[in-house]
Amino acid sequence: MTLSQQILQYFITGVTIGSVYTLIGLGFNIIYNASEIINFAQGEFVMLGALLTISGVQLFHLPLPVAGVMATLAVALFGVIFDLAAIRPLKDASSITMIIITVGASIFIRGIASIVWGKEPYLMNAFSGEEPIPFFGAVLQPQSIWVMVVAFIIVMGLRQFFGKTLTGKAMMASAVQPRAARLVGIDVKYMVLLSFGLSGAVGSLAGIVIAPISMAQYDMGVILGLKGFCAAIIGGLGNPWGVVVGGISLGVLESMGAGLISSGYKDAIAFIILLLMLFFRPQGILGRTKGDRL
Amino acid sequence: MNIRSGLRSPYGGFVLFAVLALCMPLLVTNDYYLNLLIIIGINSITVIGLDLLMGYTGQISLGHAAFYGLGAYVSGILSVRYGWPVLAELAVALIIVAAIAFVIGIPTLKLHGNYLAMATLGFGIIVYIAFQEMDFLTGGPSGLVGIGPMSIFGVPFESDRAYYLLVCGFLLAALILSINVVRSRVGRALRAIHGSEVAASVLGVDIARFKVGIFVLSALYAATAGWLYAHYIGFISPSSFGFLFSIKLVTMVVIGSLGSIWGAVFGAALLTSLPEFLTFFENYESALFGLILLVVMIFMPRGLLRGVEDLMIRAYGAFKGPAAQADEKR
Repeated sequence: MTLSQQILQYFITGVTIGSVYTLIGLGFNIIYNASEIINFAQGEFVMLGALLTISGVQLFHLPLPVAGVMATLAVALFGVIFDLAAIRPLKDASSITMIIITVGASIFIRGIASIVWGKEPYLMNAFSGEEPIPFFGAVLQPQSIWVMVVAFIIVMGLRQFFGKTLTGKAMMASAVQPRAARLVGIDVKYMVLLSFGLSGAVGSLAGIVIAPISMAQYDMGVILGLKGFCAAIIGGLGNPWGVVVGGISLGVLESMGAGLISSGYKDAIAFIILLLMLFFRPQGILGRTKGDRL
Repeated sequence: MNIRSGLRSPYGGFVLFAVLALCMPLLVTNDYYLNLLIIIGINSITVIGLDLLMGYTGQISLGHAAFYGLGAYVSGILSVRYGWPVLAELAVALIIVAAIAFVIGIPTLKLHGNYLAMATLGFGIIVYIAFQEMDFLTGGPSGLVGIGPMSIFGVPFESDRAYYLLVCGFLLAALILSINVVRSRVGRALRAIHGSEVAASVLGVDIARFKVGIFVLSALYAATAGWLYAHYIGFISPSSFGFLFSIKLVTMVVIGSLGSIWGAVFGAALLTSLPEFLTFFENYESALFGLILLVVMIFMPRGLLRGVEDLMIRAYGAFKGPAAQADEKR
């Protein structure tokens, strides 16, 4: 492979993993937008989606799409229960308390998952074979195409939801000004509940599409969740397009760095970019002017 | 004199605590428990420092395990590779950690809330990866073996009992320093920052300087604890200083009760010993740990110590009637 082909290859890998970061980052964003809460258990939604789907396929011999849809619904329901049980009772808590709550929840969920699924990694078959497709001298895995297509559909779907439907607009409104939203008759609590459900579903889908590439394990959510959050911050927390830009650029930079510089420092790259962003442009690439959310 | 001021008068409590802590080896003869007490003492030092930052100044750090790890690694590397005396290691570790905390603290502490949490978290993970990847210095993922035993001015601290007393000495010093910081002009400035940064700066508090200063101080507590840990265990590996340990430290502060130095010690003691008792449940350990965290936070968001204090005050108030209760609140 020539250098330019190598770079193309890293780029493809980067866009693939970046699409997953985007999905996870969107999960953070949905909840943050409705409630200003950073849900540190977001990575656990991803893990649950992947492992539930694998169980559906391997234990109950369901076809993959059926298992995937059922897992996603289950994780969405789980998100709703999480909000009812742990978030709603503490609506006025400080952000430190909220961080601890969601972190506690993530440790709890991970612990349960390690009991249910054990600590070994699970393999999921790629959705449509593993025959690599040649692409200008580099290769494209069919699963990469799946990842990108699913991410694209979800981003477009969310755009329609927030831009065109009444519920989506109501959710945006409760994020911008909860009190004003309440005054015009929006049930803000219900919107937060809905955001947890929606975020669970998006997280679950991210887990399902990445599982054939990275394997699925009870603790896969930790680092994926953090990277997704990096994507959200890099792009500008609260801005869905920012998350797309942040996720893809994070994935590409990371993949380039791992390939061209050192694979050991791959995970450090994401966090160094994160720190630089926070220090020099904390509102994110596409962020608005400094708001008081900072 | 009411319950609150009784509980809050710090020096009486300090003397009581010092006597109790120093007498512990007489009561605890089992090596396993003594070992646990040492680890509790070491963690308490870090947690007291973190509480100065979180509880009093209202700033969060999800990366404190990095300073703890830096303290442990700097002293470990100097001990293993260069055979330095332990106090010289501590001095160098403190200087390096102070410099890093200062440089990181200036841009980081301009951030608030979730952004501050994320920046400190990112810093912690970068340091953790550095521990793993710089194997020519740190021994990489398999760790650094053969850190020399503790010996200060020729006095060896080899037995667990002696080490316990050493840790106790540092813990008591950390306590007395923190109590004085909190009660001083600096402490009032920190609480003013916690209350409202705008109001504090209007009153002439140099917010940036105080925030960075307390961040450096709390990092120094962690580095000292790391030095004690490295020489006690004799072996360090990156996994002891990762993201989860940072989270555990924050949890100790919050469960214990934010803004209460005794709460910090209590939280450290509780959460350090909890997993030891939960090993009883083996595989369920981490699920139970998470569940306990959740339940405490949901039902006592002000932490266990304050939660119990609140209950006591409420009971006392109910006993004395509403007028007294109003008086307590004031």
